[in-house]
Amino acid sequence: MTISDMAHVLGRRTGSHFAGTCAAGSLTWFAGHELRLAWRDWLSMMTAGRRGRERIVAFAVTAFVVFAHVLAYYFIVRYVHVGTEPDKPALIVITGSVLLSWSLLMSQAMESVTRAFYARSDFDLILSSPVAVRKLFAVRIAAIAFSSIVMSALLAAPIVNVLVMQGGARWLGAYGVVIAMGATASACAVALTVAMFHVIGPKRTRLIAQIVAAVIAAVFIIGLQVAAILSHGSLSRMVFLESDTLIALVPDIDSVLWIPARAALGDLWSLAITLGISLAMLGAAIVVFSARFGHHAIAASSVSASGTRQAQHAGFRRRSPARTLRQKEWTLLLRDPWLVSQTLMQILYLLPPALLLWRSYGNSGEGTGALVVLVPVLVMAAGQLAGGLAWLAISGEDAPDLVATAPILARQIIRAKVEAVLGAIAIAFAPFIAALAFLSVHGALVAAAGILAAAAAATGIQFWFRKQATRRYFRHRQTASRFATFAEAFSSISWAATAAVAAGGSWLALFPAAIGIAILFAARWMSPHKA
Amino acid sequence: MTNTPALAIRGLAKSFDRPAVNGLDLTVRTGEFYSLLGPNGAGKTTTLRMVAGLLPPDAGSIHICGVDALRDPVEAKRIVAWVSDEPMIYDKLTPYEYLEFVAGLWSLDARVAEERARELIDWLGLGPHAHERCEGFSKGTRQKVALAGALVHAPRVIILDEPLTGLDAGSARQVKRVLRERVDGGATVIMTTHILEVAERMADRIGVIAGGRLIAEGTLDELRIQTGRNHTSLEDTFLALVAEQQAA
Repeated sequence: MTISDMAHVLGRRTGSHFAGTCAAGSLTWFAGHELRLAWRDWLSMMTAGRRGRERIVAFAVTAFVVFAHVLAYYFIVRYVHVGTEPDKPALIVITGSVLLSWSLLMSQAMESVTRAFYARSDFDLILSSPVAVRKLFAVRIAAIAFSSIVMSALLAAPIVNVLVMQGGARWLGAYGVVIAMGATASACAVALTVAMFHVIGPKRTRLIAQIVAAVIAAVFIIGLQVAAILSHGSLSRMVFLESDTLIALVPDIDSVLWIPARAALGDLWSLAITLGISLAMLGAAIVVFSARFGHHAIAASSVSASGTRQAQHAGFRRRSPARTLRQKEWTLLLRDPWLVSQTLMQILYLLPPALLLWRSYGNSGEGTGALVVLVPVLVMAAGQLAGGLAWLAISGEDAPDLVATAPILARQIIRAKVEAVLGAIAIAFAPFIAALAFLSVHGALVAAAGILAAAAAATGIQFWFRKQATRRYFRHRQTASRFATFAEAFSSISWAATAAVAAGGSWLALFPAAIGIAILFAARWMSPHKA
Repeated sequence: MTNTPALAIRGLAKSFDRPAVNGLDLTVRTGEFYSLLGPNGAGKTTTLRMVAGLLPPDAGSIHICGVDALRDPVEAKRIVAWVSDEPMIYDKLTPYEYLEFVAGLWSLDARVAEERARELIDWLGLGPHAHERCEGFSKGTRQKVALAGALVHAPRVIILDEPLTGLDAGSARQVKRVLRERVDGGATVIMTTHILEVAERMADRIGVIAGGRLIAEGTLDELRIQTGRNHTSLEDTFLALVAEQQAA
């Protein structure tokens, strides 16, 4: 069945036909309504709202699935023969992986819950209608859990499928663990968000919940990396999970802590416990919170952002138009805590390599080797950060008409905005370059050049694929152009690879650099703005 | 008043899927309040966006106070202000900071700009909110901030696209008062509106546009004569003109 066929069938089933077979206002009727909206949202996101793209999407999805399975095979095949009575290291690795994935799911679920509270698109209609809103919100909480489960199942599928193909059907239990993870993450996300509503109020919850979601996603991954560096001097999470230190610290293999890992390995009793507890948690969350969801939504909808006063400064300052524009970009960035948190989150990921750098000072041999790890991480982070900032400055202009009607040439406006982006990157990365220079001047120069190339390339791609939007759509910038998103990512990877090879002192760095340049040419050729 | 018109448009054309503006000729005199009326999709906003330099025309010429806006857009923009129906301002800036930003874009002298900004904040009743971020402002307050931004560089031509949409009676009166004062001070105001009563009471001359062309122009009395309906309201006159054009 093609995506087109699915769209047709789903559209029909969830349309008038479906509505005709369910009592209006019932749980199944609401579920059908939500399913139809979710399907259309997904299809629109995948096809960027253009008809006739379903086949391309189907082809791309198939290619990705095959690639993911091949990749999973190489990483996972060594775990295939772990038996139903595994040793401690195997249990630690599986549990660590489950926790890592769960933290990401929890983060995603919190985002979804916050959106469900604050997205007012249909609240006025639903809350003023004579249906029991509890049913709708029960469906919406279930939908959050369902989407978490589907997302994690899709991501886990290549790994689980390889394990099933190579190790037998018992590995299908891993899908049960995936369901349990989605259910518990959603239940915890709803409970945590509602608790925040009660403690800090609806106005602050929106921002804090989004920051907490981002921190939850980052902290666990970063924490494991930091632990890996401190204990073994490596960025690999697996090294820490398989270390003797951790093995000595964790409980014995008969502990209840390992029940989810045993469930993933196909132990039916553990699987039943894991699924039973997690589904019970989700059920409880739906029963307890769906009744109050409407009240929270009403409270959230009445939130106003007014009242933030700024300190007065003495008089207007004389500035050139370019400086005025740069200053505006920096002021807006600094005054938006959510944007700052998102930006800082990317810098937070630099914490592990910074730690590795610090540990490398004592040992010159190790320090030179660390360059090959550190430099590309810095370059990659700079590319990603520059892409986000460039989107904000170029596409996320909240007063485009004002800037466009100002007596300045368009190229001067763009130049000022690019300077604002590169200036921010310079401020963020200068301390790392300075620290690197103490270790190796060559390494620092390579890193600086790589950061400049990656940041300039990401900014260029954002410029060629600019599409007017407001800053609040920052999170959805990736959906504006899939090509730009992939070009930006692959460009950053190419420049990171270039910097890594150059830091190692090899002329082979020219090859990834050529790929980076080719990506830029391709992006420019494909862009709607070839200016 | 000088002989050079504030706005002179000749043969202006712009097409999207279909022609939006189709060989438009329009002249607005210096120091007049000109109201541009037309049904939805008539080409009013497209015309004004081309004049403001937000949209390149397919053909034709635009002269603003004698400056060729297509050849020398920077010089033309220096004397024009644009206010759209949807006030686009920065949520994280205060009105005071917003006006400082506009002053920077127009390279104004800081002292002069600040004095004007304080006057505008006062005139438009923005005083209590001058140092509050704009993110919580009502539509009316946001529109007043946008208007203050448009006026802070003392433009000779002020172009407004439905500036009164969504404003309460008090805010609308303040905006109209400020615009009238600007016209009395020698500036030219060109405004589109669907509120015909506003055009009837404020405009020195009215232009009616339909199908991307100017189908009628003049004072209210001249328009009445053109339709052969004396003593009727602008609404009746406007509807008659549009109906005639559609029938043709």
